[in-house]
Amino acid sequence: MNGNYRILLPVLSLAVLMAAVFYLQPRAMSYFGLNLLFNLAVPIALATIAQMMIIMVNDIDLSVGTFVSFVACVTATFLNDAPLIGAAILAASILAYAGLGALIHMRQLPAIVVTLGMSFVWAGLAVLILPSPGGAAPAWIRTLMTVKPPLVPMAIVASVGIAALTHLLIMRSSTGTLLRGVGGNTRAVLRAGWSVTRLKAGAYALAGFFGVLSGMSLVGLTTSADANIALRYTLLSIAGVILGGGEFTGGRISPVGAVIGALTLALAGSFLSFMRLSPDWQIGAQGAILILVLAVRLVFSRRSARVEG
Amino acid sequence: MHLRNKLMGAVALMAVCVPALAHADTSDKRIALSNNYAGNSWRQAMLESWEKVASQAVEDGVVAAADAFTTSENQATEQAAQIQNMILQGYDAIVVNAASPTALNGAIAEACSAGIIVVSFDGIVTEPCAWRIAVDFKEMGRQQVEYLASRLPDGGNLLEIRGLAGVFVDDEIHAGIQAGVEEFDQFEIVGSVHGDWAQDVAQKAVAGVLPSLPEIVGVVTQGGDGYGAAQAIEAAGRDMPIIVMGNRQDEMQWWADARDADGYETLSLSIAPGVATLAFWVAQQVLDGAEVPKDLTVPFLTVTQDTLDEALASTPEGSVANVEYSLEDAKAVIAEAKQ
Repeated sequence: MNGNYRILLPVLSLAVLMAAVFYLQPRAMSYFGLNLLFNLAVPIALATIAQMMIIMVNDIDLSVGTFVSFVACVTATFLNDAPLIGAAILAASILAYAGLGALIHMRQLPAIVVTLGMSFVWAGLAVLILPSPGGAAPAWIRTLMTVKPPLVPMAIVASVGIAALTHLLIMRSSTGTLLRGVGGNTRAVLRAGWSVTRLKAGAYALAGFFGVLSGMSLVGLTTSADANIALRYTLLSIAGVILGGGEFTGGRISPVGAVIGALTLALAGSFLSFMRLSPDWQIGAQGAILILVLAVRLVFSRRSARVEG
Repeated sequence: MHLRNKLMGAVALMAVCVPALAHADTSDKRIALSNNYAGNSWRQAMLESWEKVASQAVEDGVVAAADAFTTSENQATEQAAQIQNMILQGYDAIVVNAASPTALNGAIAEACSAGIIVVSFDGIVTEPCAWRIAVDFKEMGRQQVEYLASRLPDGGNLLEIRGLAGVFVDDEIHAGIQAGVEEFDQFEIVGSVHGDWAQDVAQKAVAGVLPSLPEIVGVVTQGGDGYGAAQAIEAAGRDMPIIVMGNRQDEMQWWADARDADGYETLSLSIAPGVATLAFWVAQQVLDGAEVPKDLTVPFLTVTQDTLDEALASTPEGSVANVEYSLEDAKAVIAEAKQ
């Protein structure tokens, strides 16, 4: 019951925003238009899923933005010039994420501090790899991101695909249930004989994996990289998870909601720009949209709590 | 009779239409400005210049619309989304000051394939389908030495004030000054300090290096540092060398005061924020069907002894000398690039 509510609100806010955008700019209501509106939301959606993996185990990742930038730099340089080395670097970075997860659990470190520190490490590595903006997207990624499937544009196909895949992985599989259990009740999982260290490492590795996908898809869209390309993703991804019905604690997350949340955030920017709102007000307005959606959610959850109680 | 009337009508119609066709090919076209940052005086002056020239052009019926958009955050992904929105809004041309030379390439390629003209300036992009109006910083350095050579044929010692270490612009201007000194080998650079394009930093740096220097006849700068250098040299009680200025209001004010006191002469050069309006006219020319080379160069805004009072009067305190470009200026820049 509650789970249904959780997904209803993000869907509703996306639909309202989409209707508003179509009203303001009817041209958007086409294959071409939808792709332009949403293609830059694909890497944001992937980064949001990465963030969701961390939030799922009651942590928060402040290094998503710089990590995606780092991956983008590796993709535009090593993965293009020497695919094997590039793939090795990306695999190593996923392992680094897993290691972080294990370290955070074993030493009981606050994830917010560790990931904040890591954000400087990733940013430094990105600048080392690509001191000045440049590089080139590997042809196959570029082809993949600009592919024109029949009927439905790539951005929509990709979003639905990401949502479906992560839903199966997190909500339907036994591993997913365990991972959510770590966020819900760590002690119970521990008592049942599972290694929480290993599970946390797994969650972080998944975050690293989706972070890598995010960076690669971003380069596929932009054709080249820049060490600061995705700094905004840190806050966007956290907002996307929450907007999509997730909560900071208790392992209560929704992969489908997170993808919808990311799309909503991307759409909110376009909506404000179509409104011709002055840039001085845009950040504030974006925040207002966020607060509005969360306020509506609070009203809903209070009401349902009262009914149940 | 009937036929004659018809013919007369046709002739009259032609007379009305033909001049209109020759002048207003772009009257139904819409141009957008994509800007990534508005947080300093240079960008503010840039947006004001755009507003002034573009709204006049809309009023005159040269173009149908010329709207300026600034992203709420200075981020490349944000600007890429902004450009994609402009494609959706159906603009015919996009003039862009880019947050990153490369990270917008995907969005710009989308715009080009939708048949939109993209003109980048100041912060230029590497995507080949876009036009680029770039600043020739090297030439800016070289011209300073050239000017000094015209004033001081015998040459002498120079002090170089550089910008922020490690920034592309600093390297370029420095390389230009090096080339200038090689060309006019009567000059020798005897000292070099980093002024970080700021008057206070430059003043401290010059004051620190002065005691170790022999007599200097000229100071080559990067803009924003001339006033500080003058203050330091004055305080040290040395003869005032020729300091090349960078169009900042305080620099020009000091120069005007020194001129009134003892006839001080120098040169001042930098890039005007109004370069946005040059990009506007270049976009209009491309839309008009003119043949425009992809790489254009921004002319420097030079303030000389004769134009000093005029430039100073039109520059607000704390700002930088500006100029709005006209259609003729744009045509001249295009013609020069074709050669």
